[in-house]
Amino acid sequence: MTETARIKLMSFSLIAGFFLTWEVLCILLNVSDLVLPRPSEIVVTLWVKFPILWPHILQTLYSTLIGFSLGVCIGVTLGVLVGTSKVAYAVAYPLLVGFSSIPKVAVVPIFVLWFGSGTTPAILTAMVICVFPIVVNIATGLATTEPDLEDVLKTLGASKREILWNVGLPRTMPYFFASLKVAITLSFVGAVLSETVASNRGIGNVMMTASSNFQVSLVFAGLIILAVLGVVLYTFFSMLERRVTGWATRDTDIAIT
Amino acid sequence: MNVKTHDLSTDPATKAVNPVHPRPAIELDAASVVFGSDAKAVMALSPTSLKLDDGDFVALVGPSGCGKSTILRLVSSLIKPSAGLVLVGGKDAAAKQLRIGMAFQNPTMLPWLTIEQNVMMPLKIVSPFKATYHKDKKGAFRDRVHALLSQVGLQDFANHYPWQLSGGMLQRSNLCRALIHEPDLLLLDEPFGALDQFTREELWQTLQDLYLDRKPTVLLVTHDLREAGYLANRICVMSARPGRIISDEPVNIPQPRDIGMIYSAEFVEMTQGLRELIAQVRS
Repeated sequence: MTETARIKLMSFSLIAGFFLTWEVLCILLNVSDLVLPRPSEIVVTLWVKFPILWPHILQTLYSTLIGFSLGVCIGVTLGVLVGTSKVAYAVAYPLLVGFSSIPKVAVVPIFVLWFGSGTTPAILTAMVICVFPIVVNIATGLATTEPDLEDVLKTLGASKREILWNVGLPRTMPYFFASLKVAITLSFVGAVLSETVASNRGIGNVMMTASSNFQVSLVFAGLIILAVLGVVLYTFFSMLERRVTGWATRDTDIAIT
Repeated sequence: MNVKTHDLSTDPATKAVNPVHPRPAIELDAASVVFGSDAKAVMALSPTSLKLDDGDFVALVGPSGCGKSTILRLVSSLIKPSAGLVLVGGKDAAAKQLRIGMAFQNPTMLPWLTIEQNVMMPLKIVSPFKATYHKDKKGAFRDRVHALLSQVGLQDFANHYPWQLSGGMLQRSNLCRALIHEPDLLLLDEPFGALDQFTREELWQTLQDLYLDRKPTVLLVTHDLREAGYLANRICVMSARPGRIISDEPVNIPQPRDIGMIYSAEFVEMTQGLRELIAQVRS
């Protein structure tokens, strides 16, 4: 068995073991399903309620991905602006850190105040929550680009834009992808957060409603759905990262030997 | 060069059409460089004057840290002189009047590009090639890169990434990148430093062929006196830091030169002379 196959098997066993322990402990300690439902109950609920859950899943995915995309656009633009100039980097950094330290829960009511409840605040929350890690990473990547690499293009008479495009941005890709993986999971948190507070659609809303009706296994079903969606999107960006930034990890898959 | 369409061959006919630059290719007039300011200021280069005519091959030799590389960085306008003038092709160096090819001391290949893509980079940036870059990058330009890579024995490594190559291979790629866009002015900063003697001598001959073929103006910084003597038609010796040029002598040996020549009595005598000169200024 290869090393990677063994690691995958161990990873799978860990997940299976976790749910198995949960199930067994619930039975042994006789835990009420109003407190902590067994995984088997959650799976049944998921299966039964799936037709009702599906539109909410799409709603949450929609808000998250739109918010995330907007966040990436804004984050990259701001990051490039801040990262390409040493002065801008020094000047803007305190403000950026200040903004990023604000708990994003606190901005949901403001968005609701401005745009009413529904999809818009969910998108905006998903956006603001993921902008800052991207800005900081892009800016750091650009600001730490080796002058030697830029000199190669400078001697050829390259413009600032050409240097950014051919050296700065490719050099920043590993930083960018590291931030994307953080940002996509944060976006989920943002969208669901907003849905629980101010929406009548989405997984966040489903969980809120279920909890007030004591449908505890449905609440947990919502959690499982969010976890699965998170893993799927994270994996997608990981795979994209490997393709784009294999050079940084000296990935043997991209190399010809 | 005012070539309207890019010439992929080194056709002598196209060379003849190019106007000869009326002014010296490089002219340093009392150019000096000071790093830092006030109390902490360090003089990297004493006021230096140096003139290279079109087609000159000048080697700069001297002790470490004497400002040889600083002169290259002035000419390529990576830094500005603190005082004095640096003219390239009759205009301020920053105007980039001449097409420059530069090989740095460290190969500085971009790690996210393959060797082929790295070597092709100047064609993406420099006119007139950049105009047809997207059309030619998979065709004519690629062939051109491959031809040059095979000249230095790297034809099988075009699709490798820089981290898969040895130091010597990277230096050869570095040389290719400096030459691919047929520069008018070639700036070489110890380009053969990390190579073994045999590869080095091989590349000297390659460089000599390329030089005699197109006659660009070359400014070569080196520690190796035999390299300077074999390749250059003028050798400038610099003093220790802060450097200035203390000797500027022509090498009166007709080109092309045979590699065996470096063991001739005449050649050894010349390099001995240079060696003593540098030994004096080091102390």
